[in-house]
Amino acid sequence: MSVELTLGPNLFHWPAEQKLDFYNRIADESPVSTVYLGEVICSKRTPFFEKHLDAVADRLERGGKKVVFCSLSEVVIKRERNLLREWAEQEGRDLEVNNTAALLYLKNKPHRIGGLLNVYNEETMTYLAKQGATHFALLPELPRAAIANLGIRARELGVGLEVQVFGRASLALSARCYHARAHDRTKDNCQFVCEEDPDGMLLSTMDDEPFLTINGIQTLSYAYLDLIADLADMRDIGVTHMRIMPHTCDMVAVTQAFDDVLQGRIDAAEGEARLRGLGIDAPFSNGFYHGAAGDAWVAPNAVTAA
Amino acid sequence: MIKPELICPAGTPAALRSAVDAGADAVYCGFQNATNARNFVGLNFTDAELERSIQYAHDGGTKVLITLNTFPPAGKFDLWQQAADTAARLGADACIVADIAVAEYIQRKHPDMRIHLSVQAAASSPEAIEYYVREFGVKRVVLPRIMTVSEIKTLVEEIPCEVETFIFGNHGLMVEGRCSLTNYVTGQSTNMDGACSPAACVKYERAEDGSMSTKLGEYMIDRFGPEETAGYPTICKGRYKAECREDGYYAFEEPISLNASNMLPDLITAGVHAFKIEGRQRSRAYVKKVVAAFREAVDSIMAGEEPKLADLVALTEGQKQTEGALKTKKWR
Repeated sequence: MSVELTLGPNLFHWPAEQKLDFYNRIADESPVSTVYLGEVICSKRTPFFEKHLDAVADRLERGGKKVVFCSLSEVVIKRERNLLREWAEQEGRDLEVNNTAALLYLKNKPHRIGGLLNVYNEETMTYLAKQGATHFALLPELPRAAIANLGIRARELGVGLEVQVFGRASLALSARCYHARAHDRTKDNCQFVCEEDPDGMLLSTMDDEPFLTINGIQTLSYAYLDLIADLADMRDIGVTHMRIMPHTCDMVAVTQAFDDVLQGRIDAAEGEARLRGLGIDAPFSNGFYHGAAGDAWVAPNAVTAA
Repeated sequence: MIKPELICPAGTPAALRSAVDAGADAVYCGFQNATNARNFVGLNFTDAELERSIQYAHDGGTKVLITLNTFPPAGKFDLWQQAADTAARLGADACIVADIAVAEYIQRKHPDMRIHLSVQAAASSPEAIEYYVREFGVKRVVLPRIMTVSEIKTLVEEIPCEVETFIFGNHGLMVEGRCSLTNYVTGQSTNMDGACSPAACVKYERAEDGSMSTKLGEYMIDRFGPEETAGYPTICKGRYKAECREDGYYAFEEPISLNASNMLPDLITAGVHAFKIEGRQRSRAYVKKVVAAFREAVDSIMAGEEPKLADLVALTEGQKQTEGALKTKKWR
C-alpha cells in the first residue's frame, strides 16, 4: 500500500508574508500530497491569515496538493464558539476537527479527526467513523503497540491513519496564554508577542537544561520528533499518512528527505543524516513511538534488536 | 435555589468512610489500575473493598461515583469494560467518564448507569457538552477549571445537563485530558496510565549550599533555597528560565491550591448542581477536615447564615490559595 506524506497545520504565529512565502514554496517544491491549513492554537491570530487562506489553498491545489482546513483546538469564549460554528458549516472543503465541539455540527458529514483530539483506541475510532470521520491523525504520545491496533481497525473501517513523524510534539493545551504570561501580559492584551518565537519559546530548567517550548496556550517538546527510521515499520502496521509539522528550518529539504526514504531512493540512515545536517538547534526524539519517555532517542539498532 | 451536592474524594476505604461520616453527598473513587487518573501505589479500591464501601456509603445516604476517567489505549479496552461492568454490578451510582468509547459502552451495556462527563474530557463549551449529552446521555458535566462564575452561570442556562465545579484542591492550568507532559519526561502517560508526576520518577537532591532541587525524571522542576519548603515536582507548577525573563519564574502557574470557599454563594446562585473537592491522594484526616468544613459551609449558606472557612488555608498547597478562574478572566 502506498503511503502519503502530509504537511500538518502551522502551529506558530508567523507574519502573514512569511506564511505566504512558506506555502508558495511548499506548493512549488515539496513532495507532500496533502497540506493542512488554518489556525489551530489561538483564535486571536485567526484574522491575520484568514484573508489569504483561499489564495493559498488555490495555489497549493494548483501545485497538486490536497488541502484540508483545520479547526481551533481550544474553544471556550463566544468568539471562538462562533468561529467554530462557521468553520464547521463550510461547504465543499475537507475539514479536520481538533475540538469535540465541532462534532456536534458534523454528524454524518465526512470529516477528519485531528492530532489534538483524543482518539486513543479502536472503539473510539469506530464510533467516530460511523458518524462520518474518514481519517484519523493521532496524538504524538501514542506508542507503537496502540498504533498497530488502531492500524488494524483503520484498515477494516477503510479510514486513513496519520502519525506525526517530524517536528516538535504538542504536549499540552491550556486556557492561559503562557507567551503573554512570560511577558507579564494577559491573553487579552498579549500584543501578539508569540510572533517573536516562530518555532516556540524555549523554557529551560533552573540548571539550564532546555526542556519545553511555549506557543501561546500550547506547550510543545523542546526536542523535534523524528520517526524517519521508523517509516517502513509504520507502513507495515497500517499507518497510511506520515505528518510533517512546519518549522522555520528548510521544510522542502525535510519533506524531500522523508519522501526519498518512503520511495526507497535513499535508506533511513541517509535520511537521518540529512535531517541532522539541516542545522536544527535541538535534539531529535522518538521515545513516544517506542514506548519510552517522549524525549528519549531510541537508536535504530536497538529498535531492530527489540 | 438548588442545594449543590458535595462531591468528595476517597483514595482508600478509610477515607471514604471519613467522607461519608463528615457529610459528603457523594464520594468518588477508582479501581487499583489505569482506569482512573490517580493510579498511585497504595491508593484506590479492590472489588471487594468497593463492594463494602458502596454498602457503607449507601447506608449513610451517600452516593458513590466511580472514576473511569482515563483513555484506554488501543488493545487494552477490556480493562475499562471490566471496570464499568464491576461498577454496575456493585451498584455504583454513576461513572465519571472521559473517553468516547467508554461512555458509549456504558450507555449500551448499562443503560441505567448515570454517566458523568469527567473534567478529563475537556468539554469547555456548551457545544462540546451538548455533543456528549446527545450522543451518550451524559447527565452531568464536570467543568474544566477555566471559567469565571458568570461564564458558568451562562453555561448552566445553555446546556441540557447538570454542572459540577471544583471548589477546592489541586489547581493545574493545563487543560485536563489534553496533557502529556508527564509522558514526555517519564514514559508514563497521564491519559493512558493515570499517572501525573509519578512518585517513582521523583527525586529530591540537596546541594552543598543547602539548596534543594526537585526533579521529575532527569529534569529539574524547581530549586528551593535552604529556608524554603520544597514542593512536590509537577511540571506545570515548576520554575523555569526563559530568554525574556531575568530569573526563573513559574512559567505555567505557581504551586497554589484552588480554594473557592468565598465564591460558594455566587456558584450556588449560578445554579451549579454539585461542588467537587479534589484530593483522592490525600490523607483520611485531610478528607475528614475538608469535607466537614464544606458541609458546614454549604448548609450555612443554604440556611442564609455566614459560613466559617478560615481553617482551610492551612490545608492548601504551600499554604497558598487562589480563586482560580472563578473571579476574573485576567488570569488567562
